[in-house]
Amino acid sequence: MKPRVAVVTFPGSNDDRDALRAVRLFGGEAIPVWHGESDLHGAEAVLLPGGFSYGDYLRTGAIARFAPVMDAVRDHAASGRPVLGVCNGFQILCEAGLLPGALIRNRNLAFICRRVNVRVETSRTPFTSGIEVGEVLEVPIKHGEGQFVAGPETLARIGDEGLVVFRYCSPRGEITEDANPNGSTENIAGLRNEHGNVVGLMPHPEHAVDPDVGPVGGQPLFESLLSSVLATASS
Amino acid sequence: MRRRFEIVVSLKDGLLDPEGKTIQDSLPTMGWTAISNVRVGKHIELTVDAETEDEATTLVRDMAERFLSNPVIEDFRILKTEEVR
Repeated sequence: MKPRVAVVTFPGSNDDRDALRAVRLFGGEAIPVWHGESDLHGAEAVLLPGGFSYGDYLRTGAIARFAPVMDAVRDHAASGRPVLGVCNGFQILCEAGLLPGALIRNRNLAFICRRVNVRVETSRTPFTSGIEVGEVLEVPIKHGEGQFVAGPETLARIGDEGLVVFRYCSPRGEITEDANPNGSTENIAGLRNEHGNVVGLMPHPEHAVDPDVGPVGGQPLFESLLSSVLATASS
Repeated sequence: MRRRFEIVVSLKDGLLDPEGKTIQDSLPTMGWTAISNVRVGKHIELTVDAETEDEATTLVRDMAERFLSNPVIEDFRILKTEEVR
């Protein structure tokens, strides 16, 4: 059986094609889903890709969260199945309340497009289950609003429940201010929910799967996801 | 009846406002040296049809809380409201 992964396209999404391609590259069946649809075609996992849904009007992700398909994404998340939000997809998950905190304008006000290193902080998600804690992945970022912020109580909960999945780090895995590209609180680059099945991150794993065109830090995320889905299906 | 509302959405106090800070940092170079605490927000105007002023205000507050602002990072206030034709 091929694991089926839905990739949602909102008006303004632009990383959906790379996401679909990455799923296929690792042996999954990639299912394109339009934002106006009301179901995910029986997919085992769903990916909300990057881009500029609804022109980033009002706030990034603020309008996309009301798209018809988001009811299906909410149900999918509530049932414990994997949901991944990348970049704008992460912003949408935060706006939808499926992940804590929010993403605001980068500290330096600039749109940042470059490679970064992130350290994996937990293996307790379907996207990092095959990765050891402490491993450093090289992946690209490209965003104007990637500075993660949260109120003090939320930050305490994120720490207590171990919800951080990725932190910006040096190539050697040190969490330093220099390695923090956008001013994110505690170098947070990606988070999970309490159950671990919903993950969001600003870096782009789907752009980092092909050694011919860049870094390959995204490979282990797709490998983990597809093998988690297979393991769940056969159990 | 029909009412016009003006709503201001601003980043919460204590949250770094990069846009406000950049504007503030540029002011002294143009000779404005007595300015501090610059904050940038959004100004939203809209018209509501409702039976009463209370009903219109409740609707606008609900919309501002759940959609026009993100309570994680922003506060809002209704700046002005008046009946219009």
